[in-house]
Amino acid sequence: MRKVKIYVTLRESVLDPQGSAVMGSLHKMGYGEVEDVRIGKYLELMITDDAGDVDALVNEMCQKLLTNTVIEDYRFEIEEAVSQ
Amino acid sequence: MKFAVIVFPGSNCDLDMYHAVKDELGEEAEYVWHDSTDLSGYDGILLPGGFSYGDYLRCGAIAQSSPVMDEVKKAAEAGKPVLGICNGFQILTEAGLLPGVLLRNKNLKFMCRTVGLKVENANTLFTNEYMAGQEIRIPIAHGEGNYYCDDATYEQLKNNNQIVFSYADDFNGSRNNIAGIVNERGNVLGMMPHPERAVSDLIGGSDGLSLFKSIVKQWREANVSHA
Repeated sequence: MRKVKIYVTLRESVLDPQGSAVMGSLHKMGYGEVEDVRIGKYLELMITDDAGDVDALVNEMCQKLLTNTVIEDYRFEIEEAVSQ
Repeated sequence: MKFAVIVFPGSNCDLDMYHAVKDELGEEAEYVWHDSTDLSGYDGILLPGGFSYGDYLRCGAIAQSSPVMDEVKKAAEAGKPVLGICNGFQILTEAGLLPGVLLRNKNLKFMCRTVGLKVENANTLFTNEYMAGQEIRIPIAHGEGNYYCDDATYEQLKNNNQIVFSYADDFNGSRNNIAGIVNERGNVLGMMPHPERAVSDLIGGSDGLSLFKSIVKQWREANVSHA
């Protein structure tokens, strides 16, 4: 098995009202050094060994469903997963 | 004229849509489940509001991959009217039938109220019963109605007169107050406000009825021969 860790982030040009609210809260708590907060998503996929080109497969899945490339960027890491 | 009201798991405005078409307009309507693979028997396609698949991943993202969406794309290519309201609009953008995307409202709140809309383009098959510049009042009910697109897309929308409705006031952060847009061909409309909730004075207003009347009028002119 392989474990794929996908990180989805909002594109820089897109406002993140959730991140702004969290930053406001951090400032109120006294963490004035925080200059920006951006909230993203983290996904984990387990992929079977017979999957072939995992890199191409994950790119395809990201573009078709897992992310919306109009507003989001993504990157991913592939790890060998030890079966239990 | 026969309408399909597409029902996804989590749709919740399907009954209002059906009521608007069937009872207020007097046209035919049928509910069509999201796994249907044939929409050839319908003249118009309606994608209702709600929270398809619980808005998991992104609103509209999972519904977009339903079997029926291939048929909705075919209907759009064939020039049939396709109307997506609220979650229906979100599904149409996720499916690539309309440009841009709907983000979380700028104040992070779900907002449910009646708002003023301006008819920006009264020359579409969805708005021919309105007048250009007309102010109408239609309810909204959304948490993610903040329309976003990049500069190039916005210019394209503006130059092709694809912006059909805009909000009188900015309350959700939408680019240039955009409330509804059509595709380049003009037969696919997505809008966040709910015209199907404004089809009778009994329920607080009837400004939305003209939208449905416009669709039928256009269809009759194109498809019913006069003796």
